[in-house]
Amino acid sequence: MSTSTSTPRVQVKHITKSFGPVQVLKDVSLELSQGEVLCLAGENGAGKSTLIKILTGAIRRDGGEYLIDGQSVGSPTPAQARELGVGVVYQELSLLPEVSVEENLLMGRIPASKGIVKRKELRARAVSMLERVGLTRVDPTTSISDLPLAKRQMVEIAKVLGANARIIIFDEPTTALSDEDAGHLLQLIQRLKTEEGVAILYVTHRLEEIFEIGDRITVLRDGQFVTTGLTSEFTHDTLIRSMVGRQIEALYPQREHKQFGETLLSVQGLHLQGSPYPISFDVHAGEILGLGGLVGAGRTETVRAIFGADPVDTGKVYVHGTLLHPGSPARAVDVGLGLLTEDRKELGILADLTLRENVTIADLAAVSQFSVISRKKEISLFQKVVPRLRLRYHSSEQTISSLSGGNQQKVLLSRWLATKVRVLLLDEPTKGVDVGAKADIYQIIGDLASQGLGIVVVSSYLPELLGICDRIIVLHDFGVTGELPIEKATEESVLHLASSAPSSTYTHT
Amino acid sequence: MASPSIPPASQQPITAKQQTQAEEPRTPISLGRESGGILVLLIFIAVLMLTTSQFLTLTNLDNLVRQVAVFAILSIGQLFVILTGGIDLSVGSILGLSGGVTALFLVAGVPPPLAILIGLAVGMVGGLINGLLVARFKLPPFIATLGMLGIARGLVLLLTGAKTIAPLPNSFTAIANGFFLGLPSLFWILLLVAIVSAFVLERTIFGRYVYAVGSNSESARLSGVPVNMVLIAVYCISGLLAGLAGVLSSSRLGAGIPTAGTGYELQAIAGAVIGGASLSGAKGRVSGAVIGALIMGMLANGGNLLAIDPFFLQIAIGLLIILAVYFDHLQGRTISFARRPS
Repeated sequence: MSTSTSTPRVQVKHITKSFGPVQVLKDVSLELSQGEVLCLAGENGAGKSTLIKILTGAIRRDGGEYLIDGQSVGSPTPAQARELGVGVVYQELSLLPEVSVEENLLMGRIPASKGIVKRKELRARAVSMLERVGLTRVDPTTSISDLPLAKRQMVEIAKVLGANARIIIFDEPTTALSDEDAGHLLQLIQRLKTEEGVAILYVTHRLEEIFEIGDRITVLRDGQFVTTGLTSEFTHDTLIRSMVGRQIEALYPQREHKQFGETLLSVQGLHLQGSPYPISFDVHAGEILGLGGLVGAGRTETVRAIFGADPVDTGKVYVHGTLLHPGSPARAVDVGLGLLTEDRKELGILADLTLRENVTIADLAAVSQFSVISRKKEISLFQKVVPRLRLRYHSSEQTISSLSGGNQQKVLLSRWLATKVRVLLLDEPTKGVDVGAKADIYQIIGDLASQGLGIVVVSSYLPELLGICDRIIVLHDFGVTGELPIEKATEESVLHLASSAPSSTYTHT
Repeated sequence: MASPSIPPASQQPITAKQQTQAEEPRTPISLGRESGGILVLLIFIAVLMLTTSQFLTLTNLDNLVRQVAVFAILSIGQLFVILTGGIDLSVGSILGLSGGVTALFLVAGVPPPLAILIGLAVGMVGGLINGLLVARFKLPPFIATLGMLGIARGLVLLLTGAKTIAPLPNSFTAIANGFFLGLPSLFWILLLVAIVSAFVLERTIFGRYVYAVGSNSESARLSGVPVNMVLIAVYCISGLLAGLAGVLSSSRLGAGIPTAGTGYELQAIAGAVIGGASLSGAKGRVSGAVIGALIMGMLANGGNLLAIDPFFLQIAIGLLIILAVYFDHLQGRTISFARRPS
């Protein structure tokens, strides 16, 4: 780390960047040396992604210097940046799903003579690349789409390494991974650092990971450099404070008078498609119910089925006593259900539409008369809902795609706040969201429950489930394996249920 | 239960920054996606005024409006479909079919109002079938409407025996050839269609749903938007407007011509795209579609006046489409404010 004698591998100095009127980076500098892991920390919208894109050549900076091995590299194109040894592993992978592992690994440099692929050499090079990341058991001819997500990530890293990357940027690589897979990834990064001397820039929202693998930390806030230092100089609290710029007293809200009212959502004997196990539970007014379980346990499928987004085999869903006929999200919205999806980009935002239009879309009737939308009512609804959310935005007329991920999530949450929602189904509500926005979202969830909404939260992050829920139902293999009141729920007890077999006779109490 | 719509004020302090945000700064909105089209249009007008004395004559403008009206109506219908991310290749054939059917009924002695209604209904049914194929049977719009292109054209050739259907009653031909308040009646019909369409797209819930479906149909569905209904409706509208264009064509020409409208679908798409509509959906406005159709009409008209080889005009239209989309692409790289002030 202390490489005062040698030149840092990467230096950026006084970088500035604006998009139109919005200045996203202001005088940002950082250094990254060989054989170290530098963690770049900051909230959503702090400018981390923009900085990464400048490093990889995806966008051009407006000002400042960019040096690799002490040499100024100008404004490289993505291809030039790759030549210089800059590789990046994004949270959304760049692999082609329908193409085989080996072809993906060498895409763009497939060994060939006179345009005809040399199969053997392709295979051999792919295998040696896979070995480098410890993927010895993956058949190089399988399609990427047949690999589980964690393996795809490893293939992606093998691809970046195979391109002779000496600087690897990881942009939230563990967001979609289970704890176990994330652990493997961190080990691999550790190895790349110590054994191969790769310089690593690591971006994550999981603070635990920063402390686990980071040698140094650089913090950005609102597009500006805040501080940098050895990881040992930070504690959880000081790191959060420098990222957020304010003290977060309690991540999880304290709800004072918990009073559960009438049953708002009643799920009875719901069989997900092809599942032999019935799922039944009630959610009461003022209650936050958690759905726990491992990835693939059927949690997302359950909330989607309740919302009518996917067909079910059998089962009944009552919202405030009204039977909800399955298969139509429109009817679900009408009776007062709202679903915040896990995959914001594909299943949440309307990217070309404005913030205002994204907020009001689920209940346009409320701002209309005779099907004609009143712009005035729309804006006043927007302004009523949005100030709650610490949303960073310029105008209600900017498109939602110009916001960062956490801010998009807040807009989507306000979409449901703008309706007459009685029951909110929240699927991984803080996925990819920074710690400041997380606290805001928990606070909002708590407030909504206090007002008498029924809330269902799906989360893979156990502290979150334990922190905000009143009751936890655990799923495994598309069936319920148990139910825990929050007083009895611990990480161990939830995990235990998450790996038990579901009972086909399970009835809720 | 307390009203759940808005949470109570948070205990956490709201920073000064957020309060200023709440005041809703007005962003200066540029002329929007149509600005390029308007510019091209103005240049055309200037060039034609400078190079020929005939351009600003009443006869020529009258001619121009008549030429443009049918294309513009088709482009508006096409715009509805394009906004949802779809495409309607069948409008030219549907124009021919409903124009031909209307003429057949007129020749058979059916009173014009009824014959017109039948013609419109034919267009709408064609659109309805397109919509059902796309929404219910999940066919790609390109394929569904390509099929309809063939079916409708074949039908009208069969029904008419591939012969021109004439003569049509004077009361019918007067519709597209008449004047109202000193201007061609086709101008008024186009204006009415454009105003109603613009109002529907920009002011109504249905219009907002159209943009939402085009932006991301699955996100829209999960927000409670009745996506299938919206899709069926836009194809019906496109079919209906193609039917209207067919009736007007027959009226203007005084005959039902079975091959009328051949190739118009591409003109309609070109008009919408030159006017700023994006084929991937959710971007575009009625004014743009009309401007796009006007530009293409003026190219043809100006070419006539200046006695330019019509083959060159085809090349010019081709270049125009490519340039329009290319500049749109360039614009898309800067930060996006919705270029669709609704």
